[in-house]
Amino acid sequence: MLGFISRRLLQAIPTLFVIATLTFFLIRLAPGGPFDGEVEIPDEVRERIEAHYGLDRPIIVQYFSYLGNALRGNLGPSTLQVGWDVHELIAQGFPVSLELGLWAMVVAFAIGIPVGILAAVYRHRSYAHWLMGFAMIGVCLPSFVFGPLLLLVFSSYLGFFNPLGWEHASDRVLPALTLGMFFAAYIARLARSGMLEVLQQDYIRTARAKGLSERIIIIRHATRTALYPVVAFLGPAFAGVISGSFVVESIFFIPGLGTFFVNAALNRDYTLVLGTVLFYAVLILSLNLLADLIQAWLQPKTRDV
Amino acid sequence: MTLSTFSKRLTLALPLAVALLVGGSGCQPGETRVEAGNRAQELYVGIGAEPATLDPHLAVGVPEFKVLLALFEGLVKRDAKTLEIKPAVARSWEISEDATTYTFHFDPDARWSNGDRVTPEDFRFSIERILNANLGSSYAKMLFPLRKGEAYHRGEVEDFDEVGVRILDPYTLELTLEYPLAYFLDLLAHGAWYPVHPPTILAYGNDNPHDRLARWTRPGRLVGNGPFQLAEWRLNAALVVRPNPYFRAADQVRLNEIHFHPIQADAEERAFRNGFLHYTSTVPPHRVQWYQTNQPEDIRFDTYLGTYYFMFNTLTPGLEDPRVRRALSLSIDREAITRAILRGGQKPAYHFTPPDTAGYTSPSTVPHDPERARELLAEAGFPGGAGFPEIEFLYNTSDAHRSIALAVQQMWRRELGIDIRLYNVEWGVYLARRRNRDFEMMRAGWIGDYNDPSTFLDLFTAGSSNNFSGWSDDVYDEAIRASRRTLDPEQRAAYFARAEEILLREGPVIPVYFYVNSLLIDPAVGGHHPNVLDYHPYQHLYLRPPGGSGATP
Repeated sequence: MLGFISRRLLQAIPTLFVIATLTFFLIRLAPGGPFDGEVEIPDEVRERIEAHYGLDRPIIVQYFSYLGNALRGNLGPSTLQVGWDVHELIAQGFPVSLELGLWAMVVAFAIGIPVGILAAVYRHRSYAHWLMGFAMIGVCLPSFVFGPLLLLVFSSYLGFFNPLGWEHASDRVLPALTLGMFFAAYIARLARSGMLEVLQQDYIRTARAKGLSERIIIIRHATRTALYPVVAFLGPAFAGVISGSFVVESIFFIPGLGTFFVNAALNRDYTLVLGTVLFYAVLILSLNLLADLIQAWLQPKTRDV
Repeated sequence: MTLSTFSKRLTLALPLAVALLVGGSGCQPGETRVEAGNRAQELYVGIGAEPATLDPHLAVGVPEFKVLLALFEGLVKRDAKTLEIKPAVARSWEISEDATTYTFHFDPDARWSNGDRVTPEDFRFSIERILNANLGSSYAKMLFPLRKGEAYHRGEVEDFDEVGVRILDPYTLELTLEYPLAYFLDLLAHGAWYPVHPPTILAYGNDNPHDRLARWTRPGRLVGNGPFQLAEWRLNAALVVRPNPYFRAADQVRLNEIHFHPIQADAEERAFRNGFLHYTSTVPPHRVQWYQTNQPEDIRFDTYLGTYYFMFNTLTPGLEDPRVRRALSLSIDREAITRAILRGGQKPAYHFTPPDTAGYTSPSTVPHDPERARELLAEAGFPGGAGFPEIEFLYNTSDAHRSIALAVQQMWRRELGIDIRLYNVEWGVYLARRRNRDFEMMRAGWIGDYNDPSTFLDLFTAGSSNNFSGWSDDVYDEAIRASRRTLDPEQRAAYFARAEEILLREGPVIPVYFYVNSLLIDPAVGGHHPNVLDYHPYQHLYLRPPGGSGATP
């Protein structure tokens, strides 16, 4: 087990290096720079500002100095939010995105797993098809449509929720639904196919032959195995809800990391873009590792692979 | 039948769980945040985007200055209604006979939010700070009229004592100008002239006053001298200010709290509609009609000191001929654009400087005259548009820019037989291509920094860093220079008129419309007067409590 973890950690190092390098040069290739604005500043002022951030040095020097600093945990100052460091901005935005992501995952599992299992168990009934039909809609409907729809119904007409913001506990509901629905639909499909496969297995037939009730068979014997594909999806799904929350953040005016990241990219805030990308990369690598560990624990066969 | 009961329980449980979530949300029906704010004198303001900084010497954008107006105060301020210059930190001032020396007498009650007195030394420190090129301020140019101010900025003068700033005594500051400047007091009301608190700057900038990265603009650190002080700042969520107890006119301040929210257009409108904001930074064009029909009392279109225009790269083949540019300008039906596309009270621009800018309105115009346009185009060698190269029109991503570009494309095709290719790029790309003059024609906009025609007409002088057209004209430049040497309003207007006549005839730009500042505003907000600078000092704002007469002055 330890060998497995350390092997995976070693693999992460070149991955991060490649990500940092690609991001560094890609963002520099984008036209424009961090100090372009509607009001053009004189060249001599621009030069002074660039010197403040070390942008006057040759790009290769900037690259190695960035890597050196990043290794020491120093992500540099933001050029967009003057007077703030990138790590401070991540520290402000990430907890919000994390919370939104957690709630979205709760929604995704609470809806996805029961729907998937029911659809498999009652695969010959018509409402199972309806359920999966809804799941398809969930996959297809983009959040910039689903979010405003929820707002229209539950905020504007029914007045149950605030139209935007992230201050009260109730402000979590609509964003979490919007973000979680896509994943709920996906999980439903995974759970359904997992369950269908399990129900064909010999041991289920044996259990039936022994006269166990269908309910016990489903809950106690089939579900655990049926959820392996769902667990494997856990890592990517969680990474997805955390890094893919920008649209939901902008619809509901949530001050998460996605908002910082998109503003950074639009304003060519090199350090903030790089810092956020690296942070996401580390996060996704760790989440994938975690998902693998859980899977290994559930399914001992993969442990030594 | 155990299975079906299992499923029945599940199908019952799901809606129940949702209902519990909804019911337990703690929403109070009845009172909105705005209504609660009206009782508590708490104002909720949409500012459109997150302020990039709260350092007045580094601020550039509109959202920044909206917040800074609450936190800082210059030597003078404006009247909230008429925009006339009024005393602020300076209680009074004298202007010398030749109008180059201004002596300011400080209000002894002017204090920083930590209780320190605002002194002439603080202003000297601040003026040195923003003028020093090491800080890299985009608005240093606002202080160039000071004697040797520009030279100090360029490093041609090393000793700041040579710059026209002198402390006469602990309550008196003398500013000397390079030349008499009619709108100098107007400049002083601009945010670039706000003072900063020297001990704070030095404490958080490692004793270096020119450290851009000094981390002093945080709650608990920022010391200002405005009517309010910074209480909370959660980036991309809310910036909260509360009254500064040491403000020199603290008794005028009626609001207990202001919350600034950087919400973008569509969400901002929704926030307003649901009682989350007292007023917004803008109105999305597609919502204008809805408000005009359903809630006309909530929507306002204030004349704004700004021009939307097209700019040519006059070095482009086909566009180097002024007759061609003039023809393109004459054939645009500006009325149709403002009436059918913008629909927000914008005015068609038949000249460049907005009408009645500090009393000046351009006598020359570019009328809508397709007939004359066709003649000019033929004279230039392109009768009926024959042989005219296809021009690329560059604009940054926005529905409004796109609609205008499409309309103009259509007008030119119909009236002149000319085809343009529309080219849409993201903001950063747009700015980069503009700077490198890598365009043939583009949309542009300019908002006046102060209330004087020079803020518009200076743009197209030869040395202007915002003149991307490649066009310049000696007679034009001379007229602008001459306008600086005189104080007589009529003479100045004549110089401006001469310059503007050249600008319109030579046509490096096509003025399209004059901006309006459209906003949604709750009728409870008092003291928020329409004016061309969108200037609304917060010490004069108040909220009418529910059930109140609403007849407060």
